[in-house]
Amino acid sequence: MSSARALKPEQNRWRALERAARLVSPRRGQLILSIALGAGAILAAVGLLAVAGVLISKAALRPEILTLTIFTVGVRAFAIARALLRYCERLVSHDFAFRVLADLRVRFFQRLIPLVPEGLRGIRSGDVLSRFVGDVDTLQDLYLRALGPPLIAILAIAVLAVAVAIVLPAGAVVLVAAMLIAGLLLPAFAARAGRHSGLREGPARAQLSAELVELVSGAAELAVYGREQQWAQRIEQADAKLAATERPGAWISGVTSGAGVAIGGVAMVAVAAIGVQATAAGQLDGVLLAGIVFLTIGAFEAVVGLPDAAQRLTACAQAAARLETVTQAPVPVSDPPSPAPLPPGGALVFEDLCVRFEGREQPALSNVSATLEPGSRIALVGASGAGKTTLASCAVRFLDPSSGSVTLGGCDIRELSQDALRSAVRLVSQDAYLFTTTIAQNVRLAAPEASDEKIIAALARAGLGPWIASLPGGIETLVGEEGAEVSGGQRGRIALARGFIARSQIVILDEPTANLDAAGARDLLSAIGSERSDRRAMLVITHTVEGLEDFDEIIVLEAGAVVERGTWGELIAANGALARLSAAA
Amino acid sequence: MPLAGAVLLGVATSLLVVAQAVLLGRVIASAFPGGQDLSEVSDELWILVAVVGARALCAFGFETSGRLGARRVVGELRASLTAHMLETRPAGLRGQRAGELVTNAVQGLSSLEAYFARYLPQLVLAVVVPVVILIYIFPRDFAAGAILLVTLPIIPFFMILIGLAARTATERRWRTLSLLSAHFLDAVKGLQTLKANDRAQRQLESLRDTGEQYRKETMVTLRIAFLSSLVLELAAMMGTALVAAAVAIQLINGGLEFSTALAVLLLAPELYLPVRMVGQQFHASTDGLTAAQECFAVLDAPAAVSVPAAPLPSPDPRMGPLVLENVGFAYEGRGEAVLESIDLTISPGEQLALVGPSGEGKSTVAALILRLLDAQSGRILCNGVDLLEVDPKEWRQHLAWVPQRPTLFSATLAENIRLGRPDADDGALAAACADAGLERLIDSMPQGLETRLGEGQRTLSAGETQRVALARAFLRDAPLVILDEPTAHLDAESSAEIGDSIARLSQSRSVLLVVHRPALAAAADRIITLREGIVVDGQVER
Repeated sequence: MSSARALKPEQNRWRALERAARLVSPRRGQLILSIALGAGAILAAVGLLAVAGVLISKAALRPEILTLTIFTVGVRAFAIARALLRYCERLVSHDFAFRVLADLRVRFFQRLIPLVPEGLRGIRSGDVLSRFVGDVDTLQDLYLRALGPPLIAILAIAVLAVAVAIVLPAGAVVLVAAMLIAGLLLPAFAARAGRHSGLREGPARAQLSAELVELVSGAAELAVYGREQQWAQRIEQADAKLAATERPGAWISGVTSGAGVAIGGVAMVAVAAIGVQATAAGQLDGVLLAGIVFLTIGAFEAVVGLPDAAQRLTACAQAAARLETVTQAPVPVSDPPSPAPLPPGGALVFEDLCVRFEGREQPALSNVSATLEPGSRIALVGASGAGKTTLASCAVRFLDPSSGSVTLGGCDIRELSQDALRSAVRLVSQDAYLFTTTIAQNVRLAAPEASDEKIIAALARAGLGPWIASLPGGIETLVGEEGAEVSGGQRGRIALARGFIARSQIVILDEPTANLDAAGARDLLSAIGSERSDRRAMLVITHTVEGLEDFDEIIVLEAGAVVERGTWGELIAANGALARLSAAA
Repeated sequence: MPLAGAVLLGVATSLLVVAQAVLLGRVIASAFPGGQDLSEVSDELWILVAVVGARALCAFGFETSGRLGARRVVGELRASLTAHMLETRPAGLRGQRAGELVTNAVQGLSSLEAYFARYLPQLVLAVVVPVVILIYIFPRDFAAGAILLVTLPIIPFFMILIGLAARTATERRWRTLSLLSAHFLDAVKGLQTLKANDRAQRQLESLRDTGEQYRKETMVTLRIAFLSSLVLELAAMMGTALVAAAVAIQLINGGLEFSTALAVLLLAPELYLPVRMVGQQFHASTDGLTAAQECFAVLDAPAAVSVPAAPLPSPDPRMGPLVLENVGFAYEGRGEAVLESIDLTISPGEQLALVGPSGEGKSTVAALILRLLDAQSGRILCNGVDLLEVDPKEWRQHLAWVPQRPTLFSATLAENIRLGRPDADDGALAAACADAGLERLIDSMPQGLETRLGEGQRTLSAGETQRVALARAFLRDAPLVILDEPTAHLDAESSAEIGDSIARLSQSRSVLLVVHRPALAAAADRIITLREGIVVDGQVER
């Protein structure tokens, strides 16, 4: 989207493509096989025509019918070979495509893992991630549709040129020249001529799409404010702009297609003329004349797919370059070379934590200390932007503090492996994601071995008992695409159930009441404060403060600093920040 | 119109193909076994060049006119589609998933474009070219003609077979691909959650395993599905091979000129080519037809809002009360009614709060009053006039609305606020901004009110967006204001500030406040509770 990215030096793009291409190198054997089969299929079709030409040329001399048997058999053999080779090529190439796609996804996912979420701060939005996925999908075309056709063409043309050169060298020169023009110059012309309008087409299409999204999501407001007409016109204008950028493309592809026919035709006439001359001069056996002309006509099948391949190659290069803008982001946290063993238990202690984000004057956290003893309940409250979520990110090492430390059972968490840490300290974040599967699978994410009973219990504890009971499918109900079939409140509570079912010593709940009404929020928080059946510690981050009466400690953050701390009773009595937050609700 | 042009160009192309084959046959035959040299066939060669030139022109015309024509059709369709959606289902758009509709309007119509630009012209060629070629061949070589006539239908036959099998195989491949893609997208979008739950590495294995599993399953079906195209290919190739043999026998028997034999052989692959190309456009055809069906489904869907043929003049909410009588409403495709039977009255100048748990139809009441939806039972009256008798556009001129999630359009901040009153002067605009508490935001922006919002530009927080929507409502200066959960996504302090703005807006206007925060509802004249589609706690005077 950003023009700065689109204008990056072209060289960069091809380098990125080269690096992306290397990701699939172990599958080279399958690629070579598919190319060989593709070239074989083309050669069989050309061979069929050429041998048929020779066959009827011989027949014109009216020989004994039996002397032609070898040619009639040859023609049929080529026909069958063509069909079989094409069949095999399609099987091999599709199999290859599936493998490449899986490879690409795994490799790029692997690269994304260490970057999420802090490494992508600033570029992390649903849109960027969708495009990331789209770009990975685009790269699957690289081998079969972008690099495959030219390689197949080169192989097929080389064989044909050698065959023609043996009997008619000048004909071979014409053939190769025509192929180069049709296969190389013509696509290059098309790409160059189309570049200008193509550069404008992408943004124009994106703009139309954006206008449509806006129109669709804002339609009701436009109707209420009587502005439908103007916005329909905006769509028409955006569409007209897109049409204008597409028009040169229609002309160019018309010219390309006409020129392709012309080049093929002229090559045919030229080879015919050379052949006639050579036959008359006795340099060429007349029986072969028709065969060579037919071969020339058939050979153009090899270059038919090249303009499309060139386009795909460009698209792949752009995708690869865009992917690198994401994957080359600096990794925010990394594992120690030899991680310490996870301490068996103990308190999670934040000591003098300071966090500064680049480009921001105010620190996100300054000198925050807190101790989360086993079994305790601590609430971290404050307005949005006070730094509560930043503290949670530090606790699970999505982020490392600029100074200060976090220790678990006396061990600095930077000494532990991230995986071990996150199995001990479980964060249920504010924007927890629901996967497109069942409610049960979404909860089970946090405890893969959990039984259905445990899942139902965790959901009940999160306040979803009656709702689950009312569903015909129970916990096996699907939540829809990204949880679209459940309400915001239900989504938050399903995520909460993940926190309850996790077998971690420490659970951090980030804004568990975000989508609940006031009564629901209060009930949930008091249940968390009073329910102490296990030894686990809980840190609850919240902006609603009703229901925190039973918490062991409430810490109020303002602009990244602790402004007061104590129990509910103490802080309300002090009539400070917490009292103000409570009154405002 | 484009179709007539395609037929004309198709006929011209076919005639040129035949002419090219005949001329080339003569040139070759005159050299062998004719023994003539280059100078004696130069006339034919030049004519041949001219024929090639004409073919190139036809190819150019075919491609360019097809694409331009298709683009025109699709542009017109897109315009009427958006106009129609806005006119008849403004609220329905919000209900459906935005992405889906946009996909239809952009990508769906693009595949329709491919249908018009590629599939249809190719279909024309597939009909015209074989007919013209067979007309040439039959009188000259009956056997070759018969072979072509018998093998040619095998291709459409197997193409139809592929088409039918496609629903189980080729399309299954597409489904598999989109499924895998959705799986990957899901994993990428949920990666932070996966990491927090220590499941990222497991997901990596799952990506590999599902990819592998789908590959195996799909390859089994493809092995069978591709058999149809194997037969198709075989028919075309064997047809040509058999024609070569038949022609050779005719030549030996002396029943055929050599030049004619060459022409017949040259025409055999030309006959199959356009028919096979149609098969390659198979997806363009099915995708295009699906897109067309979806377009017409949108165009034919019943309107969510009816417009009376002879509308009455719109009543003014200042002049008389707004009354809902036994109003019931159920969303399409959902059995249960959201609203069973609602009765409520908003008197001129009154502040009425509608409270109740979420999902109980409070927003639906707002949509009905806004005439974004029509009630299925009961009546909504203003000053005694049934709103169904009024043009919705005229009625809405008396209303202002702050929806739960207001939309910011890509335009300047000022244009966004002027949405409801484009001609408002700068003074009125500044006053509305002040009333909505937007001044601090405006001061923080580089170009103040002229700062552009929207994609790739400045984005606003939920609270700031709410204030912009409030400023819209202030500037609109309408007698009836509907506020739907104006503080749903805000923290306590921000919502207290917004509450003050709302109190200012409520002066001298009728207000319907849909809300679940007690603090906001407390300021209203009356509070009404909605539960399970009926008013349970009505008319509580404060």
